[in-house]
Amino acid sequence: MHNTILATKIGMTQVYVEDGSISPVTVLEVGPCTVDLIRTIETDKYDAVKMSLTRGGKVVASRESRIEPNDSYESGQTLDAPFIEIGGKVDVIGTSKGRGFAGVMKRHNFHGQRASHGVKKTHRQAGSTGMSADPGRVIKGTRMSGRYGNSQVTVRNLKVIQFDADSGVLAVRGAVPGPNGGLVVVRSAVEP
Amino acid sequence: MRNKLLEQVETGSLREEPLVFEIGDTVDVHCRILEGTKERIQIFTGVVIARKGGGVSETFTVRRIVAGEGVERIFPVHSPKIAQLEVKRHARVRRAKLYYLRERVGKATRLVERRAKKEEG
Repeated sequence: MHNTILATKIGMTQVYVEDGSISPVTVLEVGPCTVDLIRTIETDKYDAVKMSLTRGGKVVASRESRIEPNDSYESGQTLDAPFIEIGGKVDVIGTSKGRGFAGVMKRHNFHGQRASHGVKKTHRQAGSTGMSADPGRVIKGTRMSGRYGNSQVTVRNLKVIQFDADSGVLAVRGAVPGPNGGLVVVRSAVEP
Repeated sequence: MRNKLLEQVETGSLREEPLVFEIGDTVDVHCRILEGTKERIQIFTGVVIARKGGGVSETFTVRRIVAGEGVERIFPVHSPKIAQLEVKRHARVRRAKLYYLRERVGKATRLVERRAKKEEG
């Protein structure tokens, strides 16, 4: 059985759960995904289905999902998401919002420097990046400013609050990376 | 304006019978409170001084004076924990937000009573 499916992020809202408390949820529109290609051990050295997500009659994204050797899939069939069940957990993989060239406060949660007490023009700077003549260089991997966001982010173990298999409307508890309308991959939770 | 799918998710969280009240009303809010395994109803009485937000996240603020100290509670309109809402009095108010009541004490906090519209007609 395939364990991933493609979806788009609709947005966030809140719903009431059984005990009357509020749960923040992200709404995703899952599918419709059609099977494009079936990979088998014989031809590709692994078993998988390649699926495509359509929006407004156009294919907007494709991904592969590994399957078991004995699973039967047909090219052109529409995939559903049997691994999504209300109360269960899913992982959601998306691309985070790009923030361009970001400073260390935004990018690495540095504290910056003081607003007053003699600090001049360096309120959002990192401070020292290393030692003195020994070692005489900046250690590799030192956190500095640079490109931030627009990278693949996986959020694991999101609880499924609502799921309507017919319309593909999925509500998971918590936030999901990326802008509204962005592509995300919904996968059955890797960790139980 | 809002996305249809978002609304579809929210539908189940909205109250079937809307709460009917206006700003300035003195209301009894019947809250469900869970004590251990037993559920009981607690009543919070006060004046509605604000109503804000929309849809599933709409809230209203009820202000009352407890032991000489002003106490405000913010209730989500659609919360299932609100069992019932009783309007005790209407008042003639000219604002949507009655935050000016916070600066007032004693007699100055009273609002002019207004008869319900249907009673006037």
